[in-house]
Parts: sequence; C-alpha cells; structure tokens
Amino acid sequence: MDARTITAKERMAIPRQKMPAQDPVERAGNFNEVNLGLTPEQAQQEALRCIQCKDPVCIAGCPVNIKIDQFIKLIAEGDFMGAVRKIKEDNVLPSICGRVCPQEDQCEKVCVIGKKHEPVAIGNLERFVGDYERTSGQKIDPKIAPPTGKSVAVVGSGPASLSCANDLAQYGHKVVVFEALHELGGVLMYGIPEFRLPKEIVHEELDGLRRMGIEFRTDVVVGRTITIDELMEEEEFDAVFIGVGAGLPWFMGIPGENLVGVLAANEFLTRVNLMKAYDFPKSSDTPVFDCKGKNVAVFGGGNTAMDAVRTAKRLGAEHAYIVYRRSEKEMPAREEEIHNAKEEGIEFLLLTTPLEFVGNDQAWLTGAKCQKMELGAPDDSGRRRPVPVEGSEYILPIDMAIISIGNGSNPLIHQTTPDIEVSKRETIVVDINTMQTSKENVYAGGDIVTGGATVILAMGAGRTAAAAINEKLVGKAKNFDEW
Amino acid sequence: MYRIVSAIFLAENIKKFEIEAPRIAKKRKAGQFVIVRINPNGERIPLTIADSDPEKGTITIIAQGAGKSTHELNRKEAGDSIADVVGPLGNPSHIENFGTAVSIGGGVGTAIAFPTAAALKEAGNYVITINGARSKELVILEDEMKAVSDEAYITTDDGSYGFHGFVTQKLQELIDSGKKIDFVLAIGPIPMMKAVAEVTRPYGIKTVVSLNPIMIDGTGMCGGCRVTVGGEVKFGCIDGPEFDAHQVDFKNLADRNRIYQHEEHEADQAAGHKCNLTGQA
Ligand SMILES: Cc1cc2nc3c(=O)[nH]c(=O)nc-3n(C[C@H](O)[C@H](O)[C@H](O)COP(=O)(O)OP(=O)(O)OC[C@H]3O[C@@H](n4cnc5c(N)ncnc54)[C@H](O)[C@@H]3O)c2cc1C
Ligand SMILES: Cc1cc2nc3c(=O)[nH]c(=O)nc-3n(C[C@H](O)[C@H](O)[C@H](O)COP(=O)(O)OP(=O)(O)OC[C@H]3O[C@@H](n4cnc5c(N)ncnc54)[C@H](O)[C@@H]3O)c2cc1C
Ligand code: SF4
Ligand code: SF4
Ligand code: FES
Repeated sequence: MDARTITAKERMAIPRQKMPAQDPVERAGNFNEVNLGLTPEQAQQEALRCIQCKDPVCIAGCPVNIKIDQFIKLIAEGDFMGAVRKIKEDNVLPSICGRVCPQEDQCEKVCVIGKKHEPVAIGNLERFVGDYERTSGQKIDPKIAPPTGKSVAVVGSGPASLSCANDLAQYGHKVVVFEALHELGGVLMYGIPEFRLPKEIVHEELDGLRRMGIEFRTDVVVGRTITIDELMEEEEFDAVFIGVGAGLPWFMGIPGENLVGVLAANEFLTRVNLMKAYDFPKSSDTPVFDCKGKNVAVFGGGNTAMDAVRTAKRLGAEHAYIVYRRSEKEMPAREEEIHNAKEEGIEFLLLTTPLEFVGNDQAWLTGAKCQKMELGAPDDSGRRRPVPVEGSEYILPIDMAIISIGNGSNPLIHQTTPDIEVSKRETIVVDINTMQTSKENVYAGGDIVTGGATVILAMGAGRTAAAAINEKLVGKAKNFDEW
Repeated sequence: MYRIVSAIFLAENIKKFEIEAPRIAKKRKAGQFVIVRINPNGERIPLTIADSDPEKGTITIIAQGAGKSTHELNRKEAGDSIADVVGPLGNPSHIENFGTAVSIGGGVGTAIAFPTAAALKEAGNYVITINGARSKELVILEDEMKAVSDEAYITTDDGSYGFHGFVTQKLQELIDSGKKIDFVLAIGPIPMMKAVAEVTRPYGIKTVVSLNPIMIDGTGMCGGCRVTVGGEVKFGCIDGPEFDAHQVDFKNLADRNRIYQHEEHEADQAAGHKCNLTGQA
C-alpha cells in the first residue's frame, strides 16, 4: 500500500503490528532481549495506521512532545533516516525510550485510533527508527554550535544528565560528566536488565555523546570526591546540572527484614546488571544469591519489581513470585512487562501483604508471613484502598525476599551543599520552568527532583535545564536547526 | 586505571599500597574509605584510607587477604594498576579533644584505626593505643602507632609478643587501674568490636566502632550495606562507617556478612586459594 493513495477504510483494516519476541519458555532461561523489533515492512504497515490527525493529540501525551505525526509520516513514506532526524529534534535517545517508555499511559493512551481500535504503536515505531539509525551505519551526527567558551559540569550519567549534556554540547558549551560508579548510564545500566534494554545500545548512545566532545569522568562521587562549590570555584565550571537520580531504597519496617536473604531490588539488580553476577564465578567476581531451584519473592508492583522477579526466574528460581498489596489494575509497572512476566511463568500473589519475615536459627530467611487483602473504599489517590482480611494469614516459604517498594533521595549532594534547598522528602526543589535550584547557576532534574519517575521525564527535565543554562550563560538560543 | 606507586607486605597476608589518586588524596579525612575494583571483571570492595600524601597525590591502603578480591589485590606490585578507586566515602571520624582516648585495633583493624588515632592525637587527646594480633608475625604498624600514642600496647593471642591475651583484657586492666577513659574507638573483627562494647558499656564510656558491612556502590543506592543501629536501619556507606558501639546490633551484622559466603568460597577455591575458613586448599 502506498502512503499517498491509501483509503481510510484500508488504513483501518491494517491490524496493529505485533512485535516479534523470543519464545517465553526459551527467554526465561537467558538474558537476551525479549522483543526483537519490527521489520521495516511491519514498521511501514504500522505507520500507515496513523491517520495524520489535524490536531495530533498524541504529541501532548508525550512528555517531550515528539512530533509523532511527522515522524510516523516519514516512516510510512519509507524515509527512515528522515524519521530519525525528526525524532531527534525532541528526543536524543529513541532506541531507549522506544523500549522503556510507559507508552500505554502516555502517547498511545491518547491516540485517537485507540478509541475504536488498538492505538498506533508509537513506542514500537520510535524503537524501530532508533534501531535503524544504530544499525544502518548512517549515523546522524548532531549539529554543534561554535564554542561559547563556557563550561558546564553534569553530575550523574542517567538519562536526565545524558540529555542535558547532549543539548549543552549542541549549544557549544564544554561539558564534563561526573559519575560515581565505574560505568555510565545510571539506571539504564545498573537497573533495567539486559533482556529489556541491551547494554550495547546504551554504550552506542554514549559513544555518540563522546563524539560530540562530551567528556566523561567515572569514579567521582560529587559531594565526596569534590563538592558542587569546588566544581564552580576551583574547577571553574560556569554552571552545574545535578542528575543523581533517586537513592536510598526503602524497606518496609516489618519484623525479620534484616534476616539474611532479604535485600533491596537495587542491590539484586546492581549485582546482576552492573556487576554481571550472572557470570559469577567465571567472568565476574561479584556473587549474587544462588537462585537455582529456590523460591524467590519480590515485594512491590512497579517496573523495578518486574525486572527483579524476571531476573530471579532467569537465574533459575523454581518459584518466582510478585507479592503486591493491591490488584493488577493498580500495578505501576508497564503493562507489557506484566504481560511478559506472566508469560515467563512469574506467579502473581495479588492483594497480599507481608506482615513479617521468618527465619531459621542461622538467621537465614525461610518464609514470609502474608495476609490477604480486599479492596475497600477509594483513598485520596482515587485507588481503592486494600484492607486486610482477618484470619487470612499464611506462611509463604521463600529463600530470598527482594524489597521493591520505592526509593528515597540520595542525601550526598545537599548534605555537602547546604544552600541547595530540598523538600521534606529530601528531593531537590527547582523552578519547573528552568530546573534552577535555590543556588545560583546550579540546576537539577530527573529522579532527584521528582522522586522515582520515568526515563522520558528525566530526559525532558535534562533538556529544559540545558535550555535554561544556555540562556543564563549566553542569552536566548537559536533553534538547533538554524546553525 | 590507578597506578600503584609502592606495595609492601607488612605481615603475612597483609599488604600496604600507595596508589595514585590525587583528588582523593586531597580530600580524604580520617575514618573515610575508598571502594576499589581491581580489574574490569572485579568486585567493588571497600578499604579504609590509612594515609594520604596530597602533594604526591597518593593514598595508602592496607589490605588483608580474605577472599578472591583481596588475594588478587595482594598479588599486585609497584608499577601495576588497578581498574577503579573511588572515594573518599563515608563520613569522616568525629574528632574532638575528649581527654583520654583509647584506640583499639584488631588484626588489619589496626590499619583502619591508625588514621583516626593519629587525628585524635593531633586534636590534643591523651592517646592510648591497644593493638591486637594473633601472634608476633602478624603485628603491624607498631612504630607508626607508637609515634601517635602516649601509651602504646600490643597484645597477642598466643603471648608471643607484648601482652598475652585479648585487647579487651588489656582495656579492662586499664579501666581497673583507675585510669579515666573518655573515649574508645574499636576497629577489628566483629566479635572483637562486640566484646569491646560490652567492656565499656557498664562504665558508660563513649565507644565508637567502624563497621564493615558488604557494599557495592558506596553512595546509598543499593541498600546492601544496611546495619541495625539503635533498632533502626542505617546505611554503612552514608550514615557510617562509624557508629555508637553500644547501639549496634553486631549479631545482625555478622549474620548479614555471611550472605555470599557459600558463593565467595567457591570462587576463591576456583581461583586456587587456601581456604581461610578451614585452612585447606
Ligand atoms: C529497575 C528499574 C526499572 C525501571 N524501568 C523503567 C521503565 O521501564 N521505564 C521508565 O520510563 N522508567 C523506568 N525506571 C525509572 C527510570 O529508570 C528513572 O526514572 C530514570 O533512570 C531517572 O533518571 P535520572 O537521570 O534522574 O537518574 P538515574 O538513572 O538514577 O542516574 C543517576 C546517576 O547518578 C549517579 N550518581 C548518584 N549520586 C552521585 C554523586 N553524588 N556523584 C556523581 N554521580 C552520582 C548514579 O550512580 C547514576 O548513575 C526504572 C527504574 C528502575 C530502578
Ligand atoms: C568501610 C570498610 C572498610 C574496610 N577497610 C578495610 C581495610 O582497610 N583493610 C582490609 O583488609 N579490609 C577492609 N574492609 C573489609 C574488606 O572490604 C573485605 O575484606 C573485602 O571486601 C573482602 O573481599 P574478598 O573478595 O577478598 O573476600 P570475600 O570472598 O568477599 O569474603 C571473604 C570473607 O569475608 C567476608 N566479607 C565479605 N565482605 C566483607 C566485608 N565488607 N567486610 C568484612 N568481611 C567481609 C565474607 O563473608 C567471607 O567470609 C573494610 C570493609 C568496609 C565495609
Ligand atoms: S518518548 Fe515515550 S511518550 Fe514520547 S512518543 Fe516516545 S514512547 Fe511516546
Ligand atoms: S493521535 Fe494517533 S492517529 Fe492521530 S496523529 Fe497521533 S498517532 Fe497518528
Ligand atoms: S553500599 Fe550500596 S547503599 Fe551503601
């Protein structure tokens, strides 16, 4: 079918293209990516489903307002590189966002096709375009303005920092990224597993940023190795962007939580993803709890919980449970990941809450005392509040418990930079139009400002900050395209 | 990569390294540590900064071979490099003029206690050091400790050198002799720190220990280093590593440090080391 001659009826007859994926049984035994990506033919078919609305409401559904209608049109016309260029005007990491964005709650949720049929697969198309650029060998190297003589320090290397660094470099500033860990990428590297986001992709995006002249320094904990004030006064950076992410995993505060075998999802995932503990002891020196034949329960219902439980399954867990106190409808995880988890044999214990962990005389975890819940009246958030069912307590026998109920904020920066204002929750307070903190020339964005959120929101914040920093340092910017 | 400038054994299995890390050398304070990764497949392990030379841009660390990573480190020589050194991490020791301060070190804990003992001396304390080892060959930093002490004692479990007995016995002896002790710092194996806490508790002597939970990032992200202090969850890397000895749940720390024992043991065996737990190859 041709993009120019296709009739409305023909469009509507095209089914939403199904992304090929690894077989569930097979993939539950490996760490390779689950989804295999649309073929070019599929992508074009899918693109034809978009009716090119006069008022493309999908754009408002995207936190960075990607010109969705326009990039999809270019795909339909077969101009894949044109589509890459169009997306990159608003989002520098399409291969990543196309994979991890909660599309069903954002752009795809408002797509008009979704009213009667399934919405256009915007996320899958974005992923296709990003991958096309990566694999076709035709890299778009972004335009870079002449050097301004100004320099900006970017703290942390998660998505907020990377998008901020990208834009700052395009504006012509010298950018140095300081990262605490030995690897760059933030949650993209240490949190989200390989089977959802291959690390190769993150590496390639980082290479692109290096080619733009951005400098990366690992092993630098800002607040400890060097403070924000020192960055500005001694190293003479003109401005600083803070994108240090969330931190300090929360625990539930129930008895037995300190038994051996109870750990935070961040620890489990960091061991496996960042430290490659699945290769222990062969080519990694970092161990992880030996899940083979064991029962593992993950407490929580977000993306982190899904990643942890699917990782435990891949490490050989006999039973891998999600224990969540509300019902599936309330789960904050991406729909697709819940679906994938089920396919892989993850067991969902919904409307269930742990009361206490129990262990043996060696202080090793042996089980979780759980209680069933039922949904009562809606609470302030409009979600029906779970209430305990009396007498429903039982012991779930488990060998490892992974706590995944969210994160507080990392205190290192504001402890050592008292003039940066933080909220009661210890998130950094910013002016949302500029992302400027209470400290002159210091900006912040991403999870350290919002609390645990999403990759795309973090990236959006990084871009907003970059624009504001640029304006502060050299005055109003021209459009990137005008250079 | 971080270059090793010098590497010498202080005792069997305990090696001292000077490593180029200028930013850290400039910044570190007594009581802080670094996390090192020896090679690109390496584990991230915490080690205390024993000393630094800001002019030369070097830091000193002292490591005892415990498992695969520390054994591998201890095979490194001057001129070799290690993949990562990050820090300084943790809070600096709280240093003030307490009056009479006793610094107690057990085994490699002596190395960890050294910088804080030196800082206590500098702050005007009357410093007594008690350093314990299993036997004479394992005594480390004797001269260095003497140099920062008003009184320095060595104890050995087998009596082959110094006082015959445990550091806690020596401490008790000092207390019994009527010496007014205002502050105790104890660093060493968990049972030793627990025993010191029990000695000082009845006298209400302010006692601080430096805890050694398992760590990964050292920035408060993973929660692996959590310890129970005063019934609350604290993070060793952010809130510590030093805590009020009378509030620490030592049993919980000892239990939790065993989590990967089974896995670590296999790795170390696979790497061909003698087993520290059973003494067998
Ligand atoms: C397991 C998991 C799965 C997720 N899945 C999804 C998903 O599917 N879709 C989605 O949209 N979102 C997901 N999220 C959330 C998303 O990853 C985060 O919202 C996003 O990464 C936040 O980006 P950031 O740049 O603010 O911080 P981060 O990605 O957290 O990066 C912060 C970086 O700063 C570094 N740092 C911290 N302190 C310092 C310091 N003092 N000095 C120097 N560097 C420092 C850290 O080491 C880290 O590298 C997931 C999160 C997790 C944990
Ligand atoms: C803040 C801090 C400062 C430290 N300073 C020093 C120092 O200056 N010099 C020094 O020699 N060691 C120090 N340690 C201990 C050192 O980090 C461990 O010995 C090391 O991580 C063990 O790694 P491995 O692979 O060699 O042994 P593994 O094979 O990992 O472990 C060997 C044995 O040690 C136990 N163990 C594992 N991790 C730790 C740990 N973090 N602490 C104690 N025991 C552990 C294991 O359960 C096992 O029984 C410090 C630890 C912390 C947390
Ligand atoms: S970035 Fe996310 S929300 Fe925006 S278009 Fe892409 S998938 Fe949709
Ligand atoms: S709302 Fe849906 S159909 Fe309309 S332009 Fe956006 S993607 Fe296309
Ligand atoms: S080492 Fe990870 S939180 Fe302390």
